[in-house]
Amino acid sequence: MRYFSLSFVTCVGTLATLAVGPVYADDDLVKMSQNAADWVMPSLTYDNQRYSTLNQINTGNVGKLQAAWTFSTGVLRGHEGAPLVIGDVMYVHAPFPNTVFALDLNNEGKILWKYEPKQDPNVIPVMCCDTVNRGLAYSDGKLFLHQADDTLVAIDAKTGKLVWSAKNGDPTKGQTGTSAPLVVKDMVLVGTSGGEFGVQCSLTAYDKNTGKQVWRGYSEGPDDQILVDPEKTTALGKPIGKDSSIKTWQGDQWKTGGGCTWGWVAYDPQLNLIYYGSGNPSTWNPKQRPGDNKWSMTIWARNPATGMAKWVYQMTPHDEWDYDGVNEMILTDQQIDGRPRKLLTHFDRNGLGYTLDRETGELLVAQKFDPKVNWTTGVDMNKSSPNYGRPSVVSQYSTDQNGEDHNTKDICPAALGSKDEQPAAYSPETQLFYVPTNHVCMDYEPFRVSYTAGQPYVGATLSMYPPSGDSNMGNFIAWDGKTGKIVWSDPELFSVWSGALATAGGVVFYGTLEGFLKAVDAKTGKELYKFKTPSGIIGNVMTYEHKGKQYVAVLSGVGGWAGIGLAAGLTEPHEGLGAVGGYAALSNYTALGGQLTVFALP
Amino acid sequence: MRSYFCGVAFVLVALLVGSGVAHTDGSGDPTPVKQDDGKYYDKDGNPTYNVKSDGTVDWYTYSGFTRYHSECHVCHGPDGLGSSYAPALTDSLTTISYTDFLAVVASGRKNVSTANENVMPAFGTNKNVMCVIDDIYVYLRARANDAVPRARPQKHDEKPKPAAEAQDACFGTQ
Repeated sequence: MRYFSLSFVTCVGTLATLAVGPVYADDDLVKMSQNAADWVMPSLTYDNQRYSTLNQINTGNVGKLQAAWTFSTGVLRGHEGAPLVIGDVMYVHAPFPNTVFALDLNNEGKILWKYEPKQDPNVIPVMCCDTVNRGLAYSDGKLFLHQADDTLVAIDAKTGKLVWSAKNGDPTKGQTGTSAPLVVKDMVLVGTSGGEFGVQCSLTAYDKNTGKQVWRGYSEGPDDQILVDPEKTTALGKPIGKDSSIKTWQGDQWKTGGGCTWGWVAYDPQLNLIYYGSGNPSTWNPKQRPGDNKWSMTIWARNPATGMAKWVYQMTPHDEWDYDGVNEMILTDQQIDGRPRKLLTHFDRNGLGYTLDRETGELLVAQKFDPKVNWTTGVDMNKSSPNYGRPSVVSQYSTDQNGEDHNTKDICPAALGSKDEQPAAYSPETQLFYVPTNHVCMDYEPFRVSYTAGQPYVGATLSMYPPSGDSNMGNFIAWDGKTGKIVWSDPELFSVWSGALATAGGVVFYGTLEGFLKAVDAKTGKELYKFKTPSGIIGNVMTYEHKGKQYVAVLSGVGGWAGIGLAAGLTEPHEGLGAVGGYAALSNYTALGGQLTVFALP
Repeated sequence: MRSYFCGVAFVLVALLVGSGVAHTDGSGDPTPVKQDDGKYYDKDGNPTYNVKSDGTVDWYTYSGFTRYHSECHVCHGPDGLGSSYAPALTDSLTTISYTDFLAVVASGRKNVSTANENVMPAFGTNKNVMCVIDDIYVYLRARANDAVPRARPQKHDEKPKPAAEAQDACFGTQ
C-alpha cells in the first residue's frame, strides 16, 4: 500500500519537475538547512560542504573563544559525528549503547529526555574498530538513529519515544550500524558496516513515516541487486553493460564481497541524485579474490526515489591495501576552464583527491593530496586509453603482485588511508577544501583465510608507521579541487581524525587526537586558537546560533581506528631494534571519555 | 633463567634482575625444555617461544606475530599493547594461563557494567584464529615476557613441515 502511494508521489514529483523546475518532497529540510542558526543534518547541508554562514566568530576574535558549557555522555568509547541543533534543542548521540539526549538550550542544557535502546552487547566485538556512531538525522519531528545492531529507529523529537524500528541487517553475520542516516524526500537512507566480516553491503532507503523498506542497492551482485541499468547506468561516460559486477568476481565471492557503505551520503536536489562511496572488497588478501571486484571502492550516483544508479566510478579496482571508498562526496559549483561546473570532490583513502562532474560522472581531476602517496603513479586521464580512469599501480607496492605470505614494505598510505571518514569542509569564499589527513605508511602481508559467517574475514597482517623521515602522523591541509593542488599544509603530531568546519568568519575549525580544538585562518592555515578538551577528538566540529549568539561545539572521546592503531604509538619496523617506540604514543596524551564542549566568545 | 638468553645477553639479564631468578607468567616458567619439529614447550607442556641470541625467533612466534596483526590487533592494538578499545595482552598474559587463554579465545568474554562495555567475541568457529591459536599464544607469551620487541621479528626459523601440514589439515585447504 505504502509503495503505491509513494510511487504516485514520485510520479507527481517528476511531472512537476518537468513542468516548473525542481520541487522537493522535503521542502522543510532544504529550507531548514539554509537557516544557519540550526544544524539539521549530519553535514549541515545536503552538499556536505560543512560550511556555515555564521560569522560572529571570525579571524579577528576567535582567539578569545572560551568553553561556554560542557556535557558528559557517560560513554567511554570513541565519539564520532556531531550533535544536531533544531530551534532551542540540541540532540546529542553517543557510541554503543547509542544513547541520545535532548538538551534544552534555553535552560543551561537541561536534559529534556534521554533515549537508550536495549541492544545485545554481543554486537560490540563485531564492530571492527570501536563502537562508534556518526550521528542522527532529523525530519518532520522525528530523529533517526542507526543503532550498533544495524537497526534503524525513528524517535519522536519532542518526547524521545520510539516511533518505529526497522531491522537493516543481522549483527550475528557481522552487519552493524555506525553511519549517520540521511533523510532525502520521504526516505531515510542508511548504509551498513561489516567489510571485515565478508558482508555483501548495501545502501537502503526506508519510508520515513513507517520504516518500510523502499529500495536496497547492493555494492556488488547481479544487476537487479545492485540496481543498475546495463544500458543507461554509465561508468566514465560509457554504459556499464550486463553483469558488470558479477563478472569481476570469481564464482560466488561477491556474496561475501564487502563494499560496505558506512560513510556519508550527499544529495543534489536539482539533479535529483544521491552520492556515496562503497568500501573495500573482502578479504584483505587480494590474491584470494581475482578480478576488479566491482563495484567495491566506487563512487555511486543514484536516483533517491528508486535507487537506480545513474553513474559509477571505481577508484581502486581490485583493492590490495584496504583503501575503502566510503569518504564523503562534497558537492560544489565552481568554474573550470572558465566554464561553470557542477562538481563532486572526494578525498579517498587511497590518497587521491578526485574531482568529477557530478551530473555525468566525468573524471576531471585525480591528484595525490599527500605527496608521500606511492602505491600509484597516478590515474590515466587519457579518454582514448583502455586504462582510462584506472590508477597505475607501482609493482613494488602491489601486495597482489608480491603475493601471499610476502611482506610488502613501505606502502603509503597505510590501510587507514590518507584520509578516513572524518569529513573535510569547503568554503565557497576561498574555494578551498579543508582536509583532515593521516600521514602514515605500512607494511602489508596478505595470506589465505577462510570465511565463517559473523567472524572476521581479514587476511592480511599490517604494521603502520609515519613516512620515512617524518615524525608527524597527520596534516591539516587546504586543497584546490579544480587543480588538485595543496595550497597550505599544517603538520599535526597525530592523524587528524576530526571533521572540519568552515565558516563565513574566515575561520576553519578541527580537532586533534590529543584533544585540541583548533581554529585556523582559512586563507593561510595560521593557528588562531586552541583549547585542550578532556579527551582526543574524533568528532566533527559544528556551529549554531542561539538567542543571537554563535556557538561552536565538538564531541571529545578518543577511540575508533585511531584510538586502536595509535594508542600504543607506532614503531618503525625497518630500523632495527633500537628505534622501536620512537614515535609518540597517543596514550601518553589522552584517555577515554565522551564529552561535548561548547565554545562561545565572552 | 631463560634459556633463550645466552652469552652476552644472559650476562646482562643476570646483572639486571639478579642471577638466575626464574621469570614466570600466567602459565609459569616460559623456559623451553622440549622441542618438537620447531615447536617449543615449557616444563608443564605449555607451548612457548624460543629466541636465539641473534634475535631469531622460532617459526610459531613469527607466525603468531603475523596472525595477531591480522585477527587481534584491530581491537587489542599493535604488538599486544592494548588500545582505547581493548586491554593490553602483554599485561593479560602475565596472569592468564594457556588453558584460560584458549577458553577466552574460543568462548569469548563479557565485561559489561555501568563503567565498562568490553566484550570479547567467541572465536571458536573461526579457523583463521583457532588453526593458529598456539602461534598467537606463543607470540603474545614472548611479548608478555619482553622476549621479543615491538614490530615484526627481524629473523625467524623456517616454517617446519609439520606446521604447514597441520595448517592445511585444519584450514581444509590445498
